[in-house]
Amino acid sequence: MSLIDTLAGLPLVSPFIEFGFMRRALAGCLALSLGATPIGVFLMLRRMSLAGDAISHAILPGAAIGYLVAGLSLGAMTLGGLVAGIAVALAAGGVARNSVIKEDTSLATFYLMSLSAGVLIISMRGSNVDLLHVLFGSVLALDNDALLLLGSFASCSIVAITLGLRLIVLECCDPSHLSRISRLSPLAHYGFMVLVVINLIGGFHALGTLMAVGIMILPSAAARLWVDHIVPLILTAVLIAFTGSLCGLLLSYYINLPAGPAIVLTLGGLYLLSMAIGPLGPWWNRLRPRWHFER
Amino acid sequence: MSALIRFDNLTLGYNRHPAVHHLKGEIVAGSLLAIVGPNGAGKSTLLKGIVGELRPLQGHVELCGIKREHIAYLTQQSTIDGSFPIAIYDFVAMGLWAQFGAFRGFNRAARARIEEAIAAVGLSGLEDRPIGQLSGGQLQRARFARLILQDSPLVLLDEPYGAIDANTVRDLAALVRRWNDEGRTVICVLHDFAQVRQDYPETLLLAREQVARGATGEVLSEANLLRARQLAEAHGELPGAAVCSSEVGASAEHRHA
Repeated sequence: MSLIDTLAGLPLVSPFIEFGFMRRALAGCLALSLGATPIGVFLMLRRMSLAGDAISHAILPGAAIGYLVAGLSLGAMTLGGLVAGIAVALAAGGVARNSVIKEDTSLATFYLMSLSAGVLIISMRGSNVDLLHVLFGSVLALDNDALLLLGSFASCSIVAITLGLRLIVLECCDPSHLSRISRLSPLAHYGFMVLVVINLIGGFHALGTLMAVGIMILPSAAARLWVDHIVPLILTAVLIAFTGSLCGLLLSYYINLPAGPAIVLTLGGLYLLSMAIGPLGPWWNRLRPRWHFER
Repeated sequence: MSALIRFDNLTLGYNRHPAVHHLKGEIVAGSLLAIVGPNGAGKSTLLKGIVGELRPLQGHVELCGIKREHIAYLTQQSTIDGSFPIAIYDFVAMGLWAQFGAFRGFNRAARARIEEAIAAVGLSGLEDRPIGQLSGGQLQRARFARLILQDSPLVLLDEPYGAIDANTVRDLAALVRRWNDEGRTVICVLHDFAQVRQDYPETLLLAREQVARGATGEVLSEANLLRARQLAEAHGELPGAAVCSSEVGASAEHRHA
């Protein structure tokens, strides 16, 4: 009996051996875990989790215009989403800096307009199936081109974070200090926003516009309850993201659930578990013996 | 000694409202200068003008032989996100930015310098502790360690001893004196006149404009302090504005009178 045959008998592995679409979904999730999740860690640390959610909604009208022009074309929807996401991130930041409107409100106004415009554009020409595709993604239908795109985005993110870790860390931790000592401060800020947008577009293809940010924020928040240093935090978040994706895909296969929500809900479950037993969670210190008060 | 900073009719302010008026003069290299004055006198504004965070409304600041990004500047309000998961070691290491930038790795000599800086502020043994677990005084020591690594010829300190204990103040004040002994120019905004008299040979008394500048003993005269208080009141600050913390009691009596 060959190794493949042995593995095919294991319930945790057999779906990925038997079905190509499951292997592709797993590869897509691995790419998102390696690329999008580290960016999600910095979004969380910059207190921009909701901003990430807002930008993920904001890419919809661009993707919808791409769809209007070329149908469900990967390239057209990616390009449209990229332009719309960056435009909204810049516009929201510009309004916040130059008016009395704060950044959270500014992002909310833009994302509400973007989401409704995107749904409207797709409804004008597409079917309900197309609308469901862009809203909830199609992780089980990733083709070679989509996988290549997710892999490219993940590679860009890994290279950028590895090379620019010091820059990104200082920009998050003490942005005023960075702007005083270096002219790279705008590069750090806008470069990071571009990384956010491209990873949200990657997440959009797999998990849809409504849940793309899930694989960025949930593993990051879960990892934060275990680790108190930046590099271990990123690695833990990646591990949680991939474990949650794997479990979500298996749940989706065996219980016949929609794959995207199953992945995001599993990640949510890991977050709640971390909250319950993580050493930096609210319960850990209460359950630990109070050595200080013992004789 | 040559001038390190020149003020040419410098006016600084916010939203077109001046906070420092028509400042002239120069600060020579190697000075140890205290800036004192009532709240709202423009002390922090002047430091922001020197580092280029505020553009002058009129006139200009000229830096001689030093780039703005190489100035070591300790702000009054810490802008550090205390919840960020970064260890003291990595936080202090950011002080080497001018030498290593964003991308170069630290060599053995650099790592030794980081450890020395941490030891110099008395934080040895806490290198791996996240900054979020530090007390206010320990975080201030870590900020000073980062300044040490910046190795700048010009150090600006904006009320560096607020809300920290006497031992920490003593240690950090000794560090400031050592910087000056090494030939660095140190400009420090302070409210504690006893400390200014003890450590700073030269003082600038501000009250939106220069009230007096020169030897500390002469600048901190009763007449100058009264004049600073009157100017602060004239410029719309609170009636009875105190120039330093030790004057608060006197100001209260003045108001009751």
